[in-house]
Amino acid sequence: MSSISDSDDAVRSERSGLAALVFDAKARSLFFQVILAVLIILAASIAVRNAGANLTEQGREFGFDFFDRPSDIQILTTFGTWLLDYEAGQNTVWDVFLLSIANTLIISVAGVIFATLWGFLLGIFRLSHNFVLNSFATIYIELLRNVPLLLQIFFWTAVLRLVAPGPREEGWLIPGLLNFNSKGIYGPYPLVEEGFSYTLIAFVIACVAAWGFARWARRNQDRTGKQSPVGLVTVALLIGLPTLVFLVTGRPMAIEWPNFVTEGPILRRGFENGIGSYIAPEFFALFLALTTYTAAFIAEIVRAGIQAVPKGQSEAAGALGLPPGLAMRKVILPQAFRVIIPPLTSQYLNLTKNSSLAAAIGYPELVAVFAGTTLNQVGRAIEIIAIVILVYLTISLLTSAFMNWFNNRVKLVER
Amino acid sequence: MTPKFYPLAAIAMLAAGGATAGTLDDVKAAGQLKCGVSQGLPGFSTPDDSGKWTGLDVDYCRAVAATVLDDPEAVEFVSLSAKDRFTALSSGEIDILSRNTTWTITRDTDLGITFTGISYYDGQGMLVPASLGVTSALELDGATICTNTGTTTELNITDYFKQHDMTFELVALENSDEVVAAYGAGRCDVFTTDRSGVAAERLKLADPDAHVVLPETISKEPLGPSVRADDKEWERVSRWVLNALIEAEEYGITSENVDEMMSSNNPSVQRILGAGDNDYGAAMGLTKDWAARAIKAVGNYGEIYDRNVGPDTPLKLERGVNNLWNNGGFMYAPPIR
Repeated sequence: MSSISDSDDAVRSERSGLAALVFDAKARSLFFQVILAVLIILAASIAVRNAGANLTEQGREFGFDFFDRPSDIQILTTFGTWLLDYEAGQNTVWDVFLLSIANTLIISVAGVIFATLWGFLLGIFRLSHNFVLNSFATIYIELLRNVPLLLQIFFWTAVLRLVAPGPREEGWLIPGLLNFNSKGIYGPYPLVEEGFSYTLIAFVIACVAAWGFARWARRNQDRTGKQSPVGLVTVALLIGLPTLVFLVTGRPMAIEWPNFVTEGPILRRGFENGIGSYIAPEFFALFLALTTYTAAFIAEIVRAGIQAVPKGQSEAAGALGLPPGLAMRKVILPQAFRVIIPPLTSQYLNLTKNSSLAAAIGYPELVAVFAGTTLNQVGRAIEIIAIVILVYLTISLLTSAFMNWFNNRVKLVER
Repeated sequence: MTPKFYPLAAIAMLAAGGATAGTLDDVKAAGQLKCGVSQGLPGFSTPDDSGKWTGLDVDYCRAVAATVLDDPEAVEFVSLSAKDRFTALSSGEIDILSRNTTWTITRDTDLGITFTGISYYDGQGMLVPASLGVTSALELDGATICTNTGTTTELNITDYFKQHDMTFELVALENSDEVVAAYGAGRCDVFTTDRSGVAAERLKLADPDAHVVLPETISKEPLGPSVRADDKEWERVSRWVLNALIEAEEYGITSENVDEMMSSNNPSVQRILGAGDNDYGAAMGLTKDWAARAIKAVGNYGEIYDRNVGPDTPLKLERGVNNLWNNGGFMYAPPIR
């Protein structure tokens, strides 16, 4: 030990001063990092100074006071309109900002959920020995992921316009449940009455009970080896208990059905606005495009994840007497998840960011409304673009944080 | 234009250090004028079959190019969406915006740009399918309306419906072709934009005769060119080129007779054309025949109007309020003297 450090000292004393620093890996890397940092700060400050000078020259100022201005713009009825109770002239620019975020979030969440379900199904089809399923999945994936998304959004918009009945016709999407025509999809809307909170409380209790039962079942199995029907009991609890309470409290909920008007002024005919629930065709087209497109990528990720689990694992599970279904659930998938989660996270982030393409078809999300119409009204390009970047960054980082947490839970615990 | 355009403009704004002043010198040095136009609005700015830009807004830019560079072809036309146009101008991506743009106080004060005149007096109109049987805008309660995002149209329609206590649903799209497509496909009951735009876009529909323009004009839409607010010299060039085109019509100077008119004994004509000792160009950093160059290249305002949007064009727009002041219209240019 001491002999080594002695020889080190000897080398160091030979190369004294500057030379020693040049040959010191630590000092060298520190030097380059400092230079890089200085360059970045310099570039940033020049950019800020330029922007400031340019704005002053044009008689404009930097600030966020525009958020308090009233907003005169009419916005397509969507989730955000409903959430913020938006009406042109009654709300401020800040409300428009929140509305556009709400619209971005709802399309992202809906897209992520359905793309995941559809993607997993396709991924399993892709590995299926059934020729029809396998070829369907292969063709689907190759077609969808190789056509630009914007084109697919236009495609779905055009398809919806082609298949939808006219604006004053009563079309059915799901007979007896969902109506549709070229103005959108109309469905029932639940009107909650007094006493409905008991049903919600019952649902929470059912969730806790189901979790408790699963925990007990696992411990019981560890202790005695006996298995309990966890799945059945969970479903029974989650559906049965709230339904029971709902019925006992006297069904405190009314259903509002769409109202189809056939008389009166021609523009008032068709489905009445504000009655029942409503989905704009722009939302639906975007939803279809984002879901089907992202599902193609997710399918490939799932296929790769399952194939990454060595064949020996399923053979070992078979040797232990596990039936194929159980082996998939208990042995293969938990290991496949380790491979699937990180690229899946990227797909979720992509989907969220891709939702900004909605500007092309008029779905009022963050880019279309806030970075579009609002920016045009208030003219604060730098401020608004900075805010939009921050919002996307926040959404993406939160998604990543959640997926990382999930990844940590499922990753292989090495002993 | 893609929706990704704005960040670029914002970055351009961050990076371009004081490159905004002295546009006239920049244009002379580059030998080319960068002119912001629409994404294709027949009669105002649209490429013809051979890809050459034509239209009333286009001719104005050619007139400016002829004035400054003595070459009406020395123009690079930049196609912009309604949403992107102001950022493109204020960030320096274009030198002049000539894109059927309405002059309003907000745009003149908040966006860092200045309007230099009115090249077309317009008003907002509405197009509906004839099959609806609607004859007045007051019957539009409950309608779904398609329009361009980032326009005054979008705001006017809200005002109008509120004022008349009517409800409506608005589908605002970025690309004008998409707006017409949505209307044509029955997504909307009404298509609204400036009357000139309605006349132009109607030609893109499958059966233009199956649609009627409602009689109401629900707003004032004075359309004109604009430049950056921080460049007085360039602003004067832009303003007086437009004025010269209108003055030329008033005094009967056309692209055909401009050379003969040089020897006219009417002092007003001599002043416009810079004949004799008259030199109004020098003070603007231009040559003395500055206006003559423009008139020779594209003709006077009346010629430009008739060629692009007048009764003999597919748009068939009567001169109406766009006639000269002494002909019953609003077109009135301050004198060149």
